[in-house]
Amino acid sequence: MTFTLNEEQTLLRDAARDFCREQAPVARLRKLRDDKKNGVDPELWREMATMGWAGILVPDEYGGAGLGYVGLGLVLEAAGRTLAASPLHSTAMVGASALLLGGSDAQKAEWLPKIASGECVVAFAVDEGAHHAPKRSLLKIAGGKISGSKKYVADGHIADLFIVAGPKDLYLVRANASGVSRQALITVDSRGAADMTFDDAPAEALAGGAELVERVLDRAAAGLAAEMLGQAQEAFEITGEYLKTRKQFGQVIGGFQALQHRAAKMFTEIELTRSCVLAALDALDRGAGDVAALASLAKARAGDTLHLVSNEFVQMHGGIGMTDEHDAGLYLKRARVAEALYGSASYHRDRYARLLGF
Amino acid sequence: MSDASLEAFRAEARAWLDENCPQSMRTPFGSEDEIVWGGRNGKFFSADAKLWLARMAERGWTAPIWPKQYGGGGLSNSENAVLQSELKRINARPALYSFGLWMLGPVLLEYANEEQKKEHLPKIARGEIRWCQGYSEPGAGSDLAGLQTKCEDKGDHWLINGQKVWTSYANYADWCFCLVRTDTSVKHEGISFVLIDMTTKGVETRPIKLISGASPFCETFFTDVKIPKENMVGRLNGGWEIAKRLLQYERTNISGFGSGARVDVVDIARDTIGLGDDGRLADGDLRARIAQHKMAERAYALTTQRAQEEAKAGQNVSHMASMFKVAGARLNIERCELMVEAAGSRAFGWSGDGFDRDELAVTRGWLRSKGNSIEGGTTEVNLNVVAKRVLGLRDTQ
Repeated sequence: MTFTLNEEQTLLRDAARDFCREQAPVARLRKLRDDKKNGVDPELWREMATMGWAGILVPDEYGGAGLGYVGLGLVLEAAGRTLAASPLHSTAMVGASALLLGGSDAQKAEWLPKIASGECVVAFAVDEGAHHAPKRSLLKIAGGKISGSKKYVADGHIADLFIVAGPKDLYLVRANASGVSRQALITVDSRGAADMTFDDAPAEALAGGAELVERVLDRAAAGLAAEMLGQAQEAFEITGEYLKTRKQFGQVIGGFQALQHRAAKMFTEIELTRSCVLAALDALDRGAGDVAALASLAKARAGDTLHLVSNEFVQMHGGIGMTDEHDAGLYLKRARVAEALYGSASYHRDRYARLLGF
Repeated sequence: MSDASLEAFRAEARAWLDENCPQSMRTPFGSEDEIVWGGRNGKFFSADAKLWLARMAERGWTAPIWPKQYGGGGLSNSENAVLQSELKRINARPALYSFGLWMLGPVLLEYANEEQKKEHLPKIARGEIRWCQGYSEPGAGSDLAGLQTKCEDKGDHWLINGQKVWTSYANYADWCFCLVRTDTSVKHEGISFVLIDMTTKGVETRPIKLISGASPFCETFFTDVKIPKENMVGRLNGGWEIAKRLLQYERTNISGFGSGARVDVVDIARDTIGLGDDGRLADGDLRARIAQHKMAERAYALTTQRAQEEAKAGQNVSHMASMFKVAGARLNIERCELMVEAAGSRAFGWSGDGFDRDELAVTRGWLRSKGNSIEGGTTEVNLNVVAKRVLGLRDTQ
């Protein structure tokens, strides 16, 4: 286990922070929302792909950068800080890792270069109800075709390729294949998503069975936890600045002990969460045996922490925090969606307990 | 240090430990009585325990990173990490528990003069002198700098009068590192740091019985106690800085304390509640809370590991001590509460044969844990430290 970044990772982190601050600040998401773009920002995705982020996990031979999970996590964290709307998580994390882990040589050769170049947006279609329950799938598979429906597929409204989770396997389904239809969803976090219907849609199975489903879900959880860590960190820093400048009763409100202790609590939770996220990503890079537990740990901790910090973001700002003009609401809205996607904190606590055998 | 030389050191340490760590010292402590605290009146639970301390001290490995001339091992942080992992690998018991090693030694290295270092550090490292901490007073708990124990300059000696409280194991200690007031006209700037031989005339201790039934703390009284001039560490009225530094070591140390229980809460719950057909603990609500606790423990362990790595990489993490103290205390208290809850009526024994040793330990450990969020700075005081020193939030004027 290592928590110390190497030089390459440090450079990547700094570049990602600079890029997101300059090219994808929160104002960009706000404008997308106001322009009713439903989270669709192909220009930003092209720029991210130019930075090499779409192919961070993809090996050199398929046109990627091969910088690993910790590297991708740093970029997701930076994107989380500014709520950058892009399919980075679903494509670069979930799409690339599903193909790397379960793709045949032909499937890798077909899709990985397109993923790395940003040409192909991938979405992960898992859940069929309002809650994350990957084992509860009614998807029917017969003769290389699938039928069924998937709810709230993140980036499903812009995807070119779907990784679809069945009861025992993962399948590749092209967005433009026959029998694939989607209902774009206009969502509270202004990122958009889609409900999917597959009606005898041609599907190619990935190799690896139920174990592959779990492994890809671990990566989805760990990657999203990194994005959530970035959101929590940024929300906390903005709140800290406000505590140091906002005056009431003739003094800055950060001087009040009631607020100081809550700020210290947030700081502690974020530090604990950061260790969990790094440990999960590092375990993925090392192929460690306890990836599943660490991924659940990271997602659950990130969920609890972001829940706390996003609420305090609003509360500590008082009235201004309730206004649409302030960014706190945008963080709060994205927080709840991210908390639920790929399993809430309670889902992952249950999973962690099962992994520990009780 | 290169990886190759670190690996060479690992091989050397492993070989030495294989040869020198007695087999009986490669098991967890059976009870608190087996812990070696050293000191003039120190007792050894077994001949192996005595031998183990003697060998580790000879090698300087009771204080691995202290300089060799003061009885330490002269190891780098990386070498020490290797040594600790090798000790852990064979489940070696700590050869010596000691406030001298954990708290006083590090500040003596930083603030003491050469004579003081030569006099005190080797005796700490060898476990010859056991130290206690004279900090809190009846009127100075969380507001530690309000302490009143008077220290007067009498020309050729200092004269000390006052009372300390919560002095851990003062009744067993040989010496006390003590905060005293040398100027009453100012608060923080009127405090000095002195070293007091507990056998000096006028020093008295009285154990305080706690709700757990144990008496790990004492009241300590100083009545016209004369100590030599050379027993002041640092400059006159410069004790507060040393006091705070020492608290960082103390907090880091306390936060690492476990309950000492040999049983795991999950095992207790499996025994007393049982698993359902789905393999889940039959009490779903308790199960969820145990899972949350287990995850918090893991997050904490990962974070201490990260802080150690960052410290090695040269990043200053001393400000993290208060955060770890708060989080560590909360975890231990939570674990103890969960164990009592999981054990049900098996946790309601006090003594006698109706309850086994582990069950009684759960009960006593639970009561003892209530002190974790008080000793070494209350949770509230440590949250103040995080808010002010780490987050830069200003105090109310």
